[in-house]
Amino acid sequence: MELISRRRMLASAAASLLLPALARPAAAATALDFSELYGKVSVLGLTFSDKVKALKEKAVAMRGFMAPPLKAEANFFVLTEIPMSLCPFCSSDADWPDNIVVVYLDRAQTFEQANALITVTGKLEVGSWTDPETGFVSLLRLTGASFRKA
Amino acid sequence: MRSLIAALALTTAFVSVADATTIYPLDRATILAGSPFDLKVEFDGQVKAGDVSVTINGQPAEAVLGKKPDFIETEAGTTASAVLLRAAAIAKPGSYKVEAKAGAETKTVTWDVYATPSTAKAKNVIFFLADGFSVAHRTGARLMSKGMTEGKANGRLNIDDFERMAFIGTSSTNAIATDSANTMSAYMTGHKTAVNALGVYVDRTKDTLDDPKVETIAEAVRRLSKKSVGVVSTAELEDATPAAVVAHTRARADKAEIVGMFYDVKPDVMLGGGSAYFLPKTTPGSKRKDDKDYIQLFKDAGYTLATDKAELAAAAGTNTGKILGLFHPANMDTILDREFLKKGTVAKFPNQPGLVEMTKAALNQLAKNPDGFFLMVEGASIDKMSHPMDWERALFETIEFDQAVGVGIEFLKTHPDTLIVVTGDHAHGVSIIGTIDDNKPGTDMREKVGVYADAGFPNYEDKNGDGFPDKVDVTRRLAVFSSNYPDYYETWRPKMDGPFEPAVQNEKKQYKANEQYKDVPGAVLREGNLPRSADTAVHAVDDVVLQATGAGAEGFKGYMEESDVYRVLVDAMALAPAKD
Repeated sequence: MELISRRRMLASAAASLLLPALARPAAAATALDFSELYGKVSVLGLTFSDKVKALKEKAVAMRGFMAPPLKAEANFFVLTEIPMSLCPFCSSDADWPDNIVVVYLDRAQTFEQANALITVTGKLEVGSWTDPETGFVSLLRLTGASFRKA
Repeated sequence: MRSLIAALALTTAFVSVADATTIYPLDRATILAGSPFDLKVEFDGQVKAGDVSVTINGQPAEAVLGKKPDFIETEAGTTASAVLLRAAAIAKPGSYKVEAKAGAETKTVTWDVYATPSTAKAKNVIFFLADGFSVAHRTGARLMSKGMTEGKANGRLNIDDFERMAFIGTSSTNAIATDSANTMSAYMTGHKTAVNALGVYVDRTKDTLDDPKVETIAEAVRRLSKKSVGVVSTAELEDATPAAVVAHTRARADKAEIVGMFYDVKPDVMLGGGSAYFLPKTTPGSKRKDDKDYIQLFKDAGYTLATDKAELAAAAGTNTGKILGLFHPANMDTILDREFLKKGTVAKFPNQPGLVEMTKAALNQLAKNPDGFFLMVEGASIDKMSHPMDWERALFETIEFDQAVGVGIEFLKTHPDTLIVVTGDHAHGVSIIGTIDDNKPGTDMREKVGVYADAGFPNYEDKNGDGFPDKVDVTRRLAVFSSNYPDYYETWRPKMDGPFEPAVQNEKKQYKANEQYKDVPGAVLREGNLPRSADTAVHAVDDVVLQATGAGAEGFKGYMEESDVYRVLVDAMALAPAKD
C-alpha cells in the first residue's frame, strides 16, 4: 500500500516536473515522415537524409504504429510505418524493416493496441546505439518522448 | 483384452524410463561413412565417472571412434552429467549398437553407417527447394500460367515432366509439425532434428551454438571432392533454408553467426538477400551487433560482389570463380511486386534479379568446374506468402520457381551427368476450392465463391507468353483458402497494395485481425482457429512431393523421410565409397 502510494507520488512529481519542460519542444516539434528518414538506401547500407541530419537533437513529431512491445508496461517501444505482426524484441525470428524508430518515453506507460495510428513527439537522436538493458541496436531514436492517438 | 492393455502400458512405461538417457545421434540415425558427427550422451541425473560406460557393438566407444569421449560431471545449466565427443567418425559401413550406462541408467540406440557406391552417376547435383511447396501451389501455378479448357490443362509446367517421384515425410524429432530449419537440415545432413535447428541434434543446454553437430552437404562436398558449391535463394541467405547448406545452430535466428558459417565453408556462388547481417553494426542498416564487415571479408577472399541485376550480369562475366550476390538487406521482393505491381520494397530496390536470372548466373559459374558442383536453389517466398495467405503472390512465386527449374532442365540437356531434385520442405494447409466471380450478383462476397460446377474456369490471360497472367486481379479468379488461420479480414481479392499482413499483436500478445483491411469492400472478419499466439497461417504436417530427373534419380521412390534424401544425393555423387 505504502509502496504504491509512494510510487504514485513519485510519478506525479515526475510528471509535474517534466510537463513544462516538454511543453516547449512539443510546440516546436517538426513533423518528420518515415519516407524522409534516409537519403540513400542501398544493399550496402543506408545514409541519413539531410532533414534527419538537420533535426538531430531537435524536437520532432512522427506518425506511425506501435510494434508489439516486449512487455505491457515499458518506457520504450518501436515505431513502424505500417502495423507489424512481429515484436522486434521478443520474436526469435524478428525481421523488422529498416525504417523503424525506437521511442524512449519520458516514463513507463501502458501500451495500446498496435492497430492504432499514433503521433510520437520527442528529441531525435541519430546514430548507432546499443541499449545496455535489451541489447537492441538502433539507429534513430526519439527520447524523452510522449505519444497520443493520431 | 485387459491383459493386453496392461502389457502395453508396461512396455510404454518401460520405454519412458529408458528414455531418461538420451544418445545423440538418435536411434535409427543414418550416417555417411567417415562423416564427422558429435557423440553426446545426456544422463538424466548426476552420475560418477567410474560408473559410466559407453560401448559401441560391445567395444569401448574410443576403440570404434578413435578418440575417448569427455565426461562432464555437471553440464552447464543442469544438474546432470553428460559424455561428449566432438567430430567422431566411423569409417566402416554397418550397423552400430551404442549402449550408454551409468549405474541404473541405461540407453541403447542403433546407427546405420553407410558408404556410397564407388562410381558416381552424377557429376552435378541441382537441388531445387520450394519452401512450403504444397500440391495446391502446383495446381494453382498450372491453372494461372497455362490455363485449362474442358478439364484439361492447356500446357505443362516444367515440373510436370519429371521421371521419378517420392512422398516425403517432413516431421521433426520433437513433433509431427515442422519448420523450414529442421526440414532443410534433414535434406542437407541426412539427420532429422528439432524445430528451429540446423546441422545439429538439439541438446538440453541453453547455448544455441554448442549442440551435437552433424556434417552438412556443403562440408561433405568440400571434404570429399573438388566440386564447387552454390547457394541461391530469394530469402535472406541466413534464412533457414539456404543456411541449412552450411550451418550448425540450434536456433535459426542466429543469423549473424550463420553469416560466419557461410564464411567458413565459402560456397563459390552465393546469391540472395540478407545483406544487413553482412554489414558491421556501425553501418546504418546493419543487423549485426559486432564490427565484423563480411562484405569486405568475402571480397578479400576473392569474391566478386554484386548488389543488383546489372552487377550480377557483370560478375557472371568475370573469372574470379566466386560470386557473392546480395540484392536486398532482408528478403527479396516477390515477383508479383518486382515485375507487376511495384509494391513491397521495390521502389527502394528496383533492380533485384529474379530466381531465373540467379539460377542461370549460378549454373554458368559453377559449370566451369570440371569436377562438377552441388547447387541449392530456393524459391523462398512461396512459403513467405503462404503464411499470410497472400495466395496470388505465393502462386506467382511458384510459377517463377518452375521457370527456374526450367533453367535446370535446359542445363541437363547439355550436361546429362546432372541430377535434378525438386521438392518442398514442408506443406501449408492450402487448397483451391473453385473460383471467385466478381460478376455474380450482389455485394456479399461469400455468394460469389463458385464451387463444383459453378466454379467454371478462371479468366486469367497470358497474352505476352511470359508464363504469368497479364493481370492478377481478374474478375473470375482462383478461390484459395487456408485450413488454418489467425483472426483476419477475408478480402476475397488479390492484395494490390503490398503483401498481406493478416493479423497484428495486441497488448495481451494475442494476434488480432489487422484493421487495415476492415474497409476493403466485401471484407469479412474470420475468427481464427489457431491459438491466439499464431501470427499467420501455419505449416501443415502433410507429406510433400519430391520429383527428380537425370543421373541417379531412380533412387527416389515410395515414401521417404527427408533424411533419406541426403543418401540419394551423396550416392549419386559417390562422395564416400567404402574403403577396404
